[in-house]
This record gives sequence, C-alpha cells and structure tokens, in this order.
Amino acid sequence: MLAAEALVAQNIGFGVVALLMIVAALRVVTTNNVVHAALWLVTVLAGAAAQYVLLAAEFVAVTQVLVYIGAVMVLFLFGTMLTRARIGAERDLNNSYWRLGIPVAVLLFAAMTIAVLSSYSDERLPSDSRVVPVAEISDQIFGPYLLPFWALSFVLLAAIIGAIVLARKE
Amino acid sequence: MSAVSETLSPLSGGWFLDNAWLAPVIPTVGFFLIIMFGKKLPKKGSEIGVISLVGSLVLASGASWQWIHRVNSASEEQFVTPVVRTWTWWQAGGAEFTIGQHIDGLTVVVLFVVAFISTLVQIYSLEYLRGDRRYTHFFAALTLFSAGMLAMVVAEDMILFLLGWEIMGLCSFMLIGHWWEDGANSRAALKAFFTVRTGDVGLLVGIAILFFAANEWTTTNLGLSGFSIRGVSAWALSGNPNSTVILFAAVALFVACIGKSGQFPLHTWLPDAMAGPTPVSSLLHSSTMVVAGVFLVARLYPVFFTGLDILGPSSNVIMVIAAITIVIAAALAFVQTDIKRVLAYSTVSQLGYMMLGLGSGAWLPAVFHIFTHAFFKACLFLCAGSISHSASHHSFDMKKDMGGLRKHMPVTFASWIVSTLALCGVFPFSGFFSKDEIIDNVGGNGYAFFMIVGLFGAFLTAAYMTRATYLTFFGSPRGAAAGEHDEHDAHGTHDAHGTHDAHGTHDKNDVHPHEDHAHAGPHESGLLITVPIAILAVLAIGSGLFNATPFGESWEYLKKWAEPRAAVVGEDHAGGPGESLIFAMPSEEEGHSTSPCGTETPETGVCYAPALNHAEFKWSKALLSLAIVFAGIAMSWLLSAALYGKRDPRLVGLTQRNRFARAGYRLLANKYYLDDLYEQGVVSNVAGPISRAAYWFNQNVLDGILHGVVSAARWIAFVVYRDIDQRIVDGTVNASADITKSAGATVQPIQSGRVGLYGALFFATAAVAALVFVILNT
Amino acid sequence: MLTSQFLLLGAILFCIGVYGVVARKNAVLVLMSIELILNSVNINLLTFALRNGSPDGHTFALYIIAVAAAEVGVGLAMVLLIYRNRRSIGLDELSEMRG
Repeated sequence: MLAAEALVAQNIGFGVVALLMIVAALRVVTTNNVVHAALWLVTVLAGAAAQYVLLAAEFVAVTQVLVYIGAVMVLFLFGTMLTRARIGAERDLNNSYWRLGIPVAVLLFAAMTIAVLSSYSDERLPSDSRVVPVAEISDQIFGPYLLPFWALSFVLLAAIIGAIVLARKE
Repeated sequence: MSAVSETLSPLSGGWFLDNAWLAPVIPTVGFFLIIMFGKKLPKKGSEIGVISLVGSLVLASGASWQWIHRVNSASEEQFVTPVVRTWTWWQAGGAEFTIGQHIDGLTVVVLFVVAFISTLVQIYSLEYLRGDRRYTHFFAALTLFSAGMLAMVVAEDMILFLLGWEIMGLCSFMLIGHWWEDGANSRAALKAFFTVRTGDVGLLVGIAILFFAANEWTTTNLGLSGFSIRGVSAWALSGNPNSTVILFAAVALFVACIGKSGQFPLHTWLPDAMAGPTPVSSLLHSSTMVVAGVFLVARLYPVFFTGLDILGPSSNVIMVIAAITIVIAAALAFVQTDIKRVLAYSTVSQLGYMMLGLGSGAWLPAVFHIFTHAFFKACLFLCAGSISHSASHHSFDMKKDMGGLRKHMPVTFASWIVSTLALCGVFPFSGFFSKDEIIDNVGGNGYAFFMIVGLFGAFLTAAYMTRATYLTFFGSPRGAAAGEHDEHDAHGTHDAHGTHDAHGTHDKNDVHPHEDHAHAGPHESGLLITVPIAILAVLAIGSGLFNATPFGESWEYLKKWAEPRAAVVGEDHAGGPGESLIFAMPSEEEGHSTSPCGTETPETGVCYAPALNHAEFKWSKALLSLAIVFAGIAMSWLLSAALYGKRDPRLVGLTQRNRFARAGYRLLANKYYLDDLYEQGVVSNVAGPISRAAYWFNQNVLDGILHGVVSAARWIAFVVYRDIDQRIVDGTVNASADITKSAGATVQPIQSGRVGLYGALFFATAAVAALVFVILNT
Repeated sequence: MLTSQFLLLGAILFCIGVYGVVARKNAVLVLMSIELILNSVNINLLTFALRNGSPDGHTFALYIIAVAAAEVGVGLAMVLLIYRNRRSIGLDELSEMRG
C-alpha cells in the first residue's frame, strides 16, 4: 500500500519534471535570445538531475548539478558574452534551411518510439531499487573501466591545453 | 520524572500551527510571480507583494492565536512542546537531511512581528517608490527578503536557518544598492554584503561544529539529526558536551551575530545601509535583517547558555560586546546630521541592549525588546521617509533641510514623538516595559557594572533622540523645509560630507512624478504613508502591555506564552526511540552550581530550555531610570535650543576652539576610524599582497608550463611532418587523388560546406537506418 | 514507473537536440543542443542501470559528463577563435567551399 502510494508520487514527480524539461528544451532551440537559451538549458539540466534522483542515481545527480549547472553553464555564459557585443534578442539565429530539422527530428523520434515501445511496452522498473553507493561506482571506475578512465583523463588534458592554446591571444 | 508526568495534560493544536511553514512559502512564490509577470500587471507587481505578505500575516496571526490556546491548554509547569513537522528532502549514504518547521513561542512572536511590519512597509512603499525605475524589482526583492526572514524564523534545522539567513544577506545587498547608478550606493551595498559575509563564516563554522559534536548524541537519544534545533538545544543542556567544543561553537555563532546584528566591531555597515530606499531601512532595521543575529542567539539559547556560561560569576563575551556597542553607537548618533543615520546608530545601540539581555540571562526581556523595538523603530524610519518624501525634498539632512516641521506634518510629528518616547523608555510607552526589564534583569542577575552601562545608554538615547527631534520638528525651518527648492544647493551640502553620504543621490535618482508637491513646500504625506505610520505609532504605545511587569504577574502575557519552560521532558515526549537517558551530572567546578534544567538534575529525560531568573519589579528602580531618561531629554533639549535655536556664542563653534572637544568630535565623525582600519589595514595589506602573489604565479609558473608544453608539441609535430607525412602518406595520397576527384564531382552538390545541412543529412540517414533495423527486428 | 517513460523522455530530448543542431546557425546554440543530446543519452544509461541493477550505467554517465565538459571547453574556445578571426559565429558563414 505504502509502496503503491510512493510509486504514484514518483510518477507525478516524473510527469511534472518531464513536462518542464520538454518545454524548456523546446525553448532552448527556439528562443531568439542566446542568454535566454542558456537559462532554459539550466532548467533542462536541473530537470535531468531530478530524473537521475528518481532513477536512484544520486551521485550522478550531484555531479550533474556541480559540473553542468555549476561549470558548463558558466562557460556558456562567458562564451556568449565574449563573442557578442550586446546581450539581447537577435533575429537570425536560425539557418535558412531550419525547416529541414523538423522532419529529421520527427523521423528520428518515430524510429526511437517504435523501438522503445516494441521492446519495453509496459515493463516496470524495479520498485525496490536501492541507491547505488558511491563506493560501488568508484570500484567500477578503478576496476573494470580503468582504461576508459585513462583515456578520459587524456581527453581532458588535451581539452585543457587545446582550449588554452586556441583561446589565447598570440 | 514521575512528578512531571502526573501533571501533563494534552496540548491543543490547530491548522494554523500545523501549516505555519506556509508563511515563508507564500512570499517566495510571490517573488517568482513578481519576477516573471510583475511588469505586465497593472500595478507592476506590487499587488502580488502586498497580497502575499497579507497571506503570511494571516497565517502568522492564526498561528499566534492557536499557540496561545496551546499554552493555555497546558498545565502550569509543563513544557509546551513545539509544533514540529519535517520532510526528508535528501538522503545519501545513511545521512538524512530534513526541512521543516519548528513553531514555539519565540517563533510566533517573531513571525508575527516580521509579517506585520513587512506588510505595512510594502503598503508604504506603494506610495514612497511610486514612479521608481525599478519599481517591480524593488517589490520582488522586498518580498523575497521577508520570505528569507520568515523561513529563518520557522526553521526546524540549522540548514534552513542558514538558507533564510543568506537569502536575507543577498536581498539586503540588492535593496541597499537599489539605486546603484550612484557609486556611493553600490559601495554601501558591497560593504554591507561583505561585512555581513565576514560574520557569516562564523555561522557556517558554528553549525559544522554543532553538527559534528552533537549528531551522535541526538541520533541515539532523540532520533534527531545534529542540525535540528531541538536536538542541539537538548544536547547543550544535557551535561554531555565538552565545555571547550561548545564554547567554540557559541563563539563562532556569536561572530555571525556580530556581523548580522551590527555589533561592535562590525557595526560599520549598518549606517551605510541607509543608502537604500527608506522602506528598506525601516524593514532592515526593525524586524528583519539585524534582528536575525539576536534571533539566532535566542533560538539556540541553550548552546550559548552552556557554552558561554551565562549566569556564571564572570561576564561573558556577549555582554562585553553588547555593552561596548550600546555606548559607542549612542555616542556616534550625536554627530550625525542625517536623520536616518541617527536612527541607524540608535538601532545598533538598541541591538546592543537585546544582546546584553541575552548575554546576562534575561532571555524574555530581550525577546520582548525585539517585539517592541520593531514597532517603534519601524515607525521612526517611516516617519523619516515621510519627512523626506513630502517636506524636505528627498533630503535627509536635519541641519540643512528640516526644522519647524511640526505644524506642517501633524500625523508624522505625533507618531515620531510617540515612537521617540517609546525608544527613550518613557512610561507608559512600550520601550519602557522592555528596556527597563532588560536593565532590571541584568542587575538582578548580579551584573551591576553592565546595569550601569545600560542606564548610561538610556541617558544617551534620550539625549540624541531629543536632539534629532529638535532639529527636525522644532526651531525655524531651513533649506527645503523652508520651501527653498534648490536642488544643486541641497546636493552640494551632501557631497561636502564625503563618503558617508550615500543618500545625497535621492534627489537625483528618486525623481518622483509629483515634483509640483516639492514646490508647494512641506506638507503631510498621503494616506498610504500616514496610515502605516499611525498603526505603528499606536503599537509603539500599546505593545508594551503584552508584558507589563509593573502591573503584576497577570499582565506578563509574553512570559507565559513565549518563554520556553525549563521542565524536564520524558522520553515518551522526546519523540526518540525510547531508551532511558542517563546524563552526566554537570560538576560544580565546570558547570553551573545548579543544573541547567532547573534546580534538580534530570536523571531521565531532556530539557530544551535553561531555567532563568526574573528580577522582581520595583518602582524605585523604574523611577531611577525614568529620572535618568528625563535628565537626558532635558539636558539635550536645553543644549539643542541653545546651540541650534538661539545660537549661543559660548556653544557655537566649540569644536573649533576647544582642543578636547575637537578631538572628541573628530573621533566620532570618523566613526572611531574603524572604516579606515578596515580599508587600509585589512583590504590593502592583506588582499593586495595575495592578488599580487597570484598574479606572479600566473605570469611566471603557469605561463612557463604552458610554453614548455606548446614547444614540445610543436617539435613532435615537426618530426611527424617531415618523416611520416611527407614521405609515406603523400605518396599514397597522390595516387588516390585522381579517384577522389572523379568521385567528388558526383557528390559535389551536397557538399555545400554548411554544417547544419551535413547534420541534417547525417541524422536523417541514421533515422532511416534505425527504422530499417527496427522493422527488420520486429 | 515504467521503463519506457524514461526512454521516451530521452528520445524526445534527443530529437529536440537534433533539431537544434540542424536548425541553429549560432555556434553557441549548436553546442547547447549537443548538451541536450548528451543529457538524453545519460537518462537512457541510468534507466538501464536501474533496470538491470548494475552500476555500469552510472560509471558511463559520469564519463559522459566529463567528456561533455571537455567538449564544451574546447568548443567554446574554438568559437572564440572563430569569432576573433571573423567577427561572427554563424556556422553558415564558415563555409569556404563553393559547390
């Protein structure tokens, strides 16, 4: 009984957050103001963090908040500020052929919807899910997935050096 | 224990008590509504602010009413358990974080005061800020500011408390710097923000110390986390804590109070905070921001009680700081020409009284003083705003632009006089009941020296308020009050005061649409301004009756309703898992001579409040302090009349002729040189070298590493280019180039070079491929 | 909670992101759309992690977050460089091919 109620509450939470995320994501790709787009993106990212919590992935959710909302958004805002003289609405943020995007997106969505519904039409997620402890994740990173971790470290190093070299004035 | 449980009776509750947490939620929602839709509304968002605070006020009133019933339903010595509700919002790794409400007597008192004064200030601002360029933002920030304070007041745990505390800090920054176009205003806002932040470090440290020290005890004995205010209070009184740890915690928390409540030596931000619009000053100085520090001490009183050994034989840090604050702030108020600055220093001094009361075990009088002070100080600030709004052409300079206003502004004048008398502590106005109680109890608890400081402070208060009253309302009209409308002249006098004159911008920025009023000379303000002032003035008279000790025990309502009772609560009421609790006896040499909980040490159970004494009221003592107050008023009146009215040659220019008078005046005019100390001593000597060192590190170390990496990469690239690229790859490429050329000609049309088109093609192809896969698989 | 509801949310976000990549001219907005795509992938990974009861998905979600951070850093540095050379960050105007 209690579990059923909790599930209902979780579903309501999912619905509200998902709706918010979809609206915000649509605004990101349709708004005429780059700064507004960045702020709507914050909404999507925060919503994603909330979904991670629903998916019992609290560590990932915290990382999402720290890295995305904390760091990546600041980068975006700086990028916007440094590359544009004024902050405000702009006319021509879209390509001349932007309408092409709609059929492509719809086609892609149709493909994925068919795939998802045919495979997992009414399968339920385990309701007694436990929160994955951070220790377990770290065992994964430094155990079986050490090689990707190394690769990732090199990617990050390269990115840091590359970003500095690219953005430096001569 | 058994004796206690026999007399327990069931406590009444109620919807308002259970849902008092809505009080901060409503203004928070209001804030977001104002931010999002405010500009599109007919009243530019101000109506949302007023309505949301009226909602909070209704909730707060209902909660107060039901709390009174709850106390009445309890038996005489019973501990009235607070109404606590919590929700878990986060759990990870075994730790659980909750958010919730903790409603008890202290909460409902402050909750009501905050909601009430916030509502009145919002109504007042409707008129005062009419036509302001950031009208909507002002109301948004004001509403969030009240929400922050309300959240802090109802907080069940220290995390929510900290949240409300910081929201207030942020909003005070936005409000003080409301007219940020003027550099002085934004400087004042920054100063307020950073000074308070300096103290806030103490709050963080204090919360952390308390959590790590108390968490284990509270979870095992009460089932509460170490952030919970109840848990920490019970822990502090259990005899369990290490005296050094709790001392550090109490001192760290008190540092936060020094910053927030403007105690010496961090009081310097408060007078500069006058740069904000007057309603902000009123709200900031009466019931919200600065009271937060006092509220923190009152809220976590057991921690301070045990940690600082309150009621012990020697004086403690709170009392010493408070006593210094009372005297130096009152002395500073004498040299101010800006009416709001006089009131600002008066606030600092009155906060000193509250702290003095808390530091010397007079918990109830201090809380009572929060209550009464909020009304009369808000009233005084709103009167000052009314004067500048309607009489002195947006100037706050008492010497240049005021004088003789009593005939023109009857309502403002009457309210000002009532509030001034309340502030001075004249019978039967409210300040008499609260301030006298503090002084009385300080003496009653055996701190004779601090009682004398308190009486001296009362003398100074009466004197500087009389001076301000004389300059503003009596004598001959001067400057703008005399009908002179010379903006440049008025502004010039402001600038002559240098940096501490942030308000001089009002006549520039605060350009109201009804300039014609200013031409018409001084007059009474509109109803939106005078009605809140009049309501507050009535409360400045009447609010003292809530705890009128002189009239006997039956008048001590606040003592009955608000003061937590120092009764031992058994484990069945503590809400814990129910183990029997056994506490170490506080030994004679390290603790108090009696148990913190009362006269007997609890063997089982906990208590949430220390037992405090109440001084017996004697008319002889009250008459003494009244005589001191009247002496202050009379002396100051005669001096003011001689100096400003008749311009007695013996007094005028005394500071120029007499070396000692000049030195004293200079010390006061420069605010004891504390600002210079902070700016030159701290900022240039500490911050400067750090930034220089960081720059050096950046230039030499980081850049060096970077250059090394870049040149190494360049060398590798050169080797690769010479040996591999030129010799091996080029040969292959040349051979395949011909094939590529012919192939390229066929697909040339789609190679437009437009990245978006490439993306569209790529994803479309992927989608088609995926569809094919899906159809094949199903 | 159904598995498909999370997967569909991921799909919707992914498609919105794809639309953004195709339709937007401003390079910063294209980068934001890519962030949408990466997030939708993360939602899928975590859904499957919960469904299969294994922490692998968490590990890779973290890797993706790290890669995304690196990508944004480099991407914005490139945008900055392009802006400095051309006074514009319209991706269309980068084309030097004339087909």
